Amino acid sequence: MAREDTYLQIRGHLAELGDEQLEAHFWELAQQVVDPLVELARTHTSSSIERSVLMRMGVDSPTCMAVVGACAKRGLLGHGAGHILLHCSTTWGCPAPEAARRLAAGEGWDMVAQKWGGEA
Amino acid sequence: MSEQTPRPAGGVAGADAGLAPLDPDEKIDIARLLEGIADYRPRRRGWHWREQLPDQKLHKFVYKETSKGLTNSIPLPAAHYFGDIDPQPDCVVTSEIASGRFEDDIRRMRMAAWHGADHIMVIRTAGQSHMAGLLEGTPEGVGGIAVTRKQVRATRKALDLIEDEVGRPINFHSYVSGVAGAEMAVMFAEEGVNGAHQDPQYNVLYRNINMYRSFVDAAVAKHVMASVRMAQIDGAHNANATAVEAWNVMPELLVQHAINSAYSVSVGMPKEDICLSTVPPDAAPAPCMRMDLPYAVALRDLFGDYRMRAQENTRYMEADGRDATVSHVMNLMISRLTSADIQSTITPDEGRNVPWHYNNVAAVNTAKQSLVGMDGLREMVKLDREAPELKAKVREIKERAVLFFEAMLREGGYFAAVEQAYFVDSGIYPETHDDGIARKGDGGVAAGSIVERAADYLAPVCHHFGLNHLPEGYGDAAGEGGAAGGDAARKPCDLIGGCTLCDAEKVPFIDELDPEDNVDVRLAQTAGLREKGLIKPEVQWAADGWVVVTMFLPAAPRVAEFAALELGKAMNLQACEVINKQVMHPAEGTLIELKGRLDAVVDPADLTIPPEPVVMSDAEIKAFVSEKKLKCVAATVGEDEHSVGMREIIDIKHGGLEKWGFACEYLGTSVPVEKVLDAAIEHAAQVVLISTIISHGDMHRDNMQKLADLAVEKGVRDKLLLISGGTQVTDELARSWGMDAGFGRGAKGIGVASFVVTTMRERGM
Repeated sequence: MAREDTYLQIRGHLAELGDEQLEAHFWELAQQVVDPLVELARTHTSSSIERSVLMRMGVDSPTCMAVVGACAKRGLLGHGAGHILLHCSTTWGCPAPEAARRLAAGEGWDMVAQKWGGEA
Repeated sequence: MSEQTPRPAGGVAGADAGLAPLDPDEKIDIARLLEGIADYRPRRRGWHWREQLPDQKLHKFVYKETSKGLTNSIPLPAAHYFGDIDPQPDCVVTSEIASGRFEDDIRRMRMAAWHGADHIMVIRTAGQSHMAGLLEGTPEGVGGIAVTRKQVRATRKALDLIEDEVGRPINFHSYVSGVAGAEMAVMFAEEGVNGAHQDPQYNVLYRNINMYRSFVDAAVAKHVMASVRMAQIDGAHNANATAVEAWNVMPELLVQHAINSAYSVSVGMPKEDICLSTVPPDAAPAPCMRMDLPYAVALRDLFGDYRMRAQENTRYMEADGRDATVSHVMNLMISRLTSADIQSTITPDEGRNVPWHYNNVAAVNTAKQSLVGMDGLREMVKLDREAPELKAKVREIKERAVLFFEAMLREGGYFAAVEQAYFVDSGIYPETHDDGIARKGDGGVAAGSIVERAADYLAPVCHHFGLNHLPEGYGDAAGEGGAAGGDAARKPCDLIGGCTLCDAEKVPFIDELDPEDNVDVRLAQTAGLREKGLIKPEVQWAADGWVVVTMFLPAAPRVAEFAALELGKAMNLQACEVINKQVMHPAEGTLIELKGRLDAVVDPADLTIPPEPVVMSDAEIKAFVSEKKLKCVAATVGEDEHSVGMREIIDIKHGGLEKWGFACEYLGTSVPVEKVLDAAIEHAAQVVLISTIISHGDMHRDNMQKLADLAVEKGVRDKLLLISGGTQVTDELARSWGMDAGFGRGAKGIGVASFVVTTMRERGM
C-alpha cells in the first residue's frame, strides 16, 4: 500500500540520539535482523551445500550432482551427503571420489538404507 | 592488506609450470596456454590491494594518492609531456569483461591490464544462476561467459602471465550466486579466484531464487570464500539500477549493505574483505553531486570498517559515450572527495549493450586519468561536514535507514519484510510507492529445498559453516565443528585424508563435455587467419569484423538513421545498425554512430609501409648546425593567420629548431610566397619553412607549387631546402608539389631538424 512520507512524524524517538548512538543503534538493528538468518543457515543444508561438501572431498561435479540427487530423493540430505559418502568409502576401503562414482552408478544404496533408512 | 593465504601443496603453479613469460611484442597464444591445463594450480590466493606509496615522486611531481608503478604499461595520451610517467592511483581499478568467449576475454584482460586495471571482473552469462550444479567445459555465453572450471583455470593461468608482464598482481573476480552458490565458492577457492559478488539479497530480489535457500547457501559460500580471503562485493547497487527514482532508495541501500555485511561477519568473513558496492544514484541533468554526496558520506560514516567498491552510475546511461564518460568522471570526483578502495569502471557504451573492448580500456583510462588528476585534492578541498544541507541530509538518510530496520523487525524480520515488498520501492522510506519487489517464502526457484541438519549431520571437510557433528578430537580452526571445536588436534578433512581446500592435488579436472561448443572448435574457425597473420577488424570476438563509423548527416534524426543504413551498405558493411544518434538540430542534422561488419582481411605482407623517419641525437644536430651556420626563414603563407604549428617547430621553448642553434627568421602570417623567397635570399638561409593550414580550394597545394616554381625561376632551388607543414599536409603530397619534405599533424622540431641534417649531408650542401 502506498504511504505518504511520514518521516517527520515518526522520527521523534531518534531525534535525541547523538550521531554515534544513532550509528550504534543502526548496527544493533542490523544484527537483530540477521541473527535468525544465521541460525537458519547454521541448522539447515541444501543440495548445493551438500554438493559443495562432496566437491571438497575430491568428487567431480557431474558425480556430485548424481550422488546428492540420489540422497535427496531418499530424504537423506539432513545426515549430510558427505557423511553418507564417508560411510561408503570407509566400508569399501576406497577413496571418496571412487566411492562417489560407485554410488552414482547405483551401487551401495542398500548399505546406506541399512544405516539411515530410505530406498535401497 | 597484502597478506595472502599460502597456497596448498600439490599441482603445478605459476612459474613452476615452466611457462614462458609473455613477450610484449607477441600475441598471447591461447592454444599453448591450454596445454597442461589439467595440472595447473593457482600460485596464490586471496585479494591483492595495491602497495601505497605516499608522497611518491614521479617526473617533477609529488603524488599523495598513488601506488607502486608498473613495469609495462601504456600511459595516458599526454604523458609524453611529463616524462612518460604512468602514475597508478591508490585504489584497485576494475575492468568488466563480457565477450562470452574466454579465449577472447583473455586478450581483452591483457589490454586492460596494460592500461591499469588490476581487478578483472568476468560477467557471467545470463541464466547460469538458475542452473543447479557446475557447468563443465567452455560453452559460449550470452551477455557474458559461462563460468566453468576450465574457463576459470585458463583465465587464472593467463592472468598469472599477464600480471608478471605488467608487474602487479591482478585480482580475478566472478559471481557466487544462484542456486549453485556453495559449489561456485568451493570451485573459486580451489582455482585461485580472488574476489566474488556474494549477496543473498541479489538472489532473492533479482533472480527470484527462494529466500530461505538463498540465505542458507550464502552462509556456506561466504565461509568458504573467507577461508581463502576472497574479497566479497555485495549487490546493493542493483537497487538503484532498478528503482524508478533511484535517488529515493538511499535509505534502503544502507539497509541492504548492512544486512549483507552483518550476515557475512556473523558467518566468519573478516570485515576488511567485505566491499560495499556503492553507486552515486543520480546523474545530470539532476544536480547529482549535491544529491549523491550526503549518501556517500552517510555510507562511509556507518561502514568505516568495511571497504568501498565505487561503481559508476549505469541507471541513467544512454548510448552516448561522451555523456556516460562525464557521469563517470563526476562519480570519480565523489570517490576522491570521500573514499574508494576499488574503483569500478563500465564501458561507456554499456548503454548500447555492445561490449566493444576498446571502450573497456577507455573506461579504465577515464578512472586512471581522473584519479591521478585529482590526486591529493583533499589536501586543499574538503567536504564541509558542518554545511547545513550536507549535515542535515547525512543525518536524515541514516535516520530513515534506522526507521526501515525498525519496521522490518516489527513486521517479523527479513523474510516478512520481503513478503511485504519493502525492497526496491521507489519511495524514500518511510514513504512507499507500493512498487517494490515482493517474494514469497514458499515461492521462487528452489522453493522448499532446504533441509534441517539431523542430529548426526556430518561434513568431513574443512571450512564448512554450521552444525557439524565431527567425531571427538576433530574440529575446524574457525571453531565450528565437533566437541573439541577450535582446539581439536585434527582437522575435519583428516577423516578422508585431506580435502581439496587443504590439498590441491585432490581437485578434479574435467575437460570439455560438449563436442560442438568448446574452445577448440571456436579456435579452429579462426585458425586460418591467425596462422597467416591476416588482419581483420574485431570488437567482441577474434575476426568478427565489427567496425563503427561516425558520420554527420544533414537530416532529421529518423531520416538520418535510415540514410546511414544505406550508406553503410555503400561502404560494404553487413548487418548495419545505428547504435547512437544525437540531434545537432531538428532540421540541420544528426550525428550517427553506425556499426557494421566488414568481411575483409588485410595481409600485412602485401602492405607498403614507409620506414619511420630517422631521428638524430641532439649533439649530432647541434654540431652540424653550428658547422654550417644554418639559417631558416619561416612563414605562414597565403591568407592564413595560423601561427601555433610553426611556433612549435621553430621555438626553443617548444623543442623547436632554435634548440639546436638554427637561426630562425619568422616572417609572420599571411605572407606571400614571393616575400618568403626574397627573405631567404636576403638572409642567405639554407632552409625555407612554410606553414599552410588552410586547404580550401587547394590553397596549400598552390602555395607549395608556387614556392617551388619561384625558387627555380630565381635560380636558388638547389641552394634551399623547401619544407612545408600543416594539418592537411603529408610528406608524399608535399613532395609531389615540389617540396623537399612535408610534415603533418603531430610533427616535431626534432623530425624537421633530423631531416635537414640528413638531406644536406646526402646532397653535399
